[in-house]
Amino acid sequence: MPRAPQTMFEKVWDRHLVTAETADTPAVLYVDLHLIHEVTSPQAFAVLRERGLPVRRTDLTLATMDHSTPTRTEQVFGGAPISIDSAAKQVRELETNCAAFGVELLGLRSAQRGIVHIIGPESGITQPGKTIVCGDSHTSTHGAVGALAFGIGTTEVGHVLATQCLLQRQARTFSINVSGRLRAGVTAKDLILAIIGKIGVGGGTGHVIEYRGETIRALDMDERMTVCNMSIEAGARAGMIAPDETTYAYLSGRQRAPKGADWEHALERWKQLPSDAGARFDKEIDIDATTLEPMITYGTNPGMVIPISGAIPVKKGDVVFEKALAYMGLEAGAAIKDQLVNVVFLGSCTNARLSDLRSAANLLRGHKVAKGVQMLVVPGSQQVKKEAEAEGLHTVFIEAGAEWRESGCSMCLGMNGDLVPKGQYSVSTSNRNFEGRQGVGARTLLASPLTAAACAVRGRVTDPRELMNG
Amino acid sequence: MEPIKTLHSRTAVLPATNIDTDQIIPARFLTTTTREGLGRNLFADWRYDAQGTPRPDFVLNRPEAQGCRVLVAGRNLGCGSSREHAPWALLDYGFRAVISTEIADIFRSNSLKNGLLPVVVDESTNRWLIEHPGAEVTIDLDSAMLTLPTGARVQFPIEAFSRYCLLNGIDELGFLLGRMGEIEAYERRV
Ligand code: SF4
Repeated sequence: MPRAPQTMFEKVWDRHLVTAETADTPAVLYVDLHLIHEVTSPQAFAVLRERGLPVRRTDLTLATMDHSTPTRTEQVFGGAPISIDSAAKQVRELETNCAAFGVELLGLRSAQRGIVHIIGPESGITQPGKTIVCGDSHTSTHGAVGALAFGIGTTEVGHVLATQCLLQRQARTFSINVSGRLRAGVTAKDLILAIIGKIGVGGGTGHVIEYRGETIRALDMDERMTVCNMSIEAGARAGMIAPDETTYAYLSGRQRAPKGADWEHALERWKQLPSDAGARFDKEIDIDATTLEPMITYGTNPGMVIPISGAIPVKKGDVVFEKALAYMGLEAGAAIKDQLVNVVFLGSCTNARLSDLRSAANLLRGHKVAKGVQMLVVPGSQQVKKEAEAEGLHTVFIEAGAEWRESGCSMCLGMNGDLVPKGQYSVSTSNRNFEGRQGVGARTLLASPLTAAACAVRGRVTDPRELMNG
Repeated sequence: MEPIKTLHSRTAVLPATNIDTDQIIPARFLTTTTREGLGRNLFADWRYDAQGTPRPDFVLNRPEAQGCRVLVAGRNLGCGSSREHAPWALLDYGFRAVISTEIADIFRSNSLKNGLLPVVVDESTNRWLIEHPGAEVTIDLDSAMLTLPTGARVQFPIEAFSRYCLLNGIDELGFLLGRMGEIEAYERRV
């Protein structure tokens, strides 16, 4: 009997089953790549120590530091100390743990260091068909190459360090089919924000999303990563995109990607991954990309999002909604356009890859950051920084009046001291506008790099299409 | 881990929906390298003002909330970051169970692994609980049953294996280590 058509998720899942799930026990799922960073690993290493266990597969484990690391050059490469003591301690602890357990660490001064979800694909270690986990919810980013990648907690980090496996129940599947061309000035970020606005911040709970359709096929890898990155913002633990020629062209030749005959074998396997025709999903929706506009958030979760030309909704009597607007200092029914902006953050695992920096720089070229606006540009990795500098993008940012920093999570969550001051409005290319995410009392408006650059120039919320050349 | 069987407590209520893990424990407290002491900063930005003084109007600062071991919240509790510091902070503060109509995946999984019971109930039960803060409830893990002071009994879903581990104080790492034979066989197969 021919095998029933399978989704890509089901194929990857099945191929990684050490033991299948039963009514009484979850599946034991094998992990091909475990990424580690300084914030969610110390307590896991402590468990290994308590029990006298080694890291089982150091060859499948890779560590870097990104969340609490400084972005000021003198603190990364000079002798200047990391300003927050506990952050410095966390960085040292990761160094100690990696050395003690034999885990490869792309440390503070490594040219390969960066935000964990940027360096995975960039180095070619993120590959189609792999199971990839990390103690970080935006691990969903790696699904852009057709990997099954999801965030785990610290206890599970310990499980994977000790056994290379996780106990998991199989998730349900969710197809999001996108058709039509995105208009000029409308980016992958706007697409994913629109999707979250439509299905809600809990819309993907319990599901693995597969993004499908011609619009997705037409995206480049950086854009696909932006889309998969924010799957968790819709509650889904993972987002996946089927590998295709775009994926293979991206991975080919990368440092940690297979080479020679191994590449050919890998390619054969990867080509089997896309969902079979007729595969059934537990949930399906269709999105028309042609009508989308640049999107921007106005509230305190990523589902509170509107087209940039739109007005903030009115929801009389909804206390939670009104509390969010009170926090944001915004009014129901008001236009978002021309809202004052104090800070612009171009960075994060959502939008700090080379093409993101390029699109912002193209818009900024010949303009200045508005008076009174602080703009921080934080490349996603040291390699992105180097490539951007080779193209002269840093000069565009610096001449416009922005700050150009070393890579890291930075103002996405403010752990390293890069903070938005209380009450100020920040247009940010990151992924979370939760209360206090960028600093106590900070008011975050999530948008694309293009929109962020336009807002920096005007010092007001601005539709980037008003400033785009040609 | 201590086995959990039944829990009897008054409830503290936070009616907000989509309470994310950045609210439960803000990022600036994540530079810790241990699990202990996070309870002090649970809901820090809602609980304290800029000077660090408790805000009298915040639920957890009211006298009647003292000693509550069950937290009731609006839909989609624990969304956002995978930080296990969120259940660690709730447990360190003294909570042993959270109730909502929907609990985010990673937060739920992290909670189960630390002995914080994630209890998902229907809309009307949750509405009742939100409207009756301080209600005395009983949560029985073995029968997966929440009992309200009205006598109403509400079954809640809980993954069988997690329940078994919680009831018996078994840790999942021990279980996985016991599968080493199968893990090695898998590695030889691929
Ligand atoms: S950039 Fe932001 S979202 Fe991404 S890993 Fe860092 S803190 Fe998390």
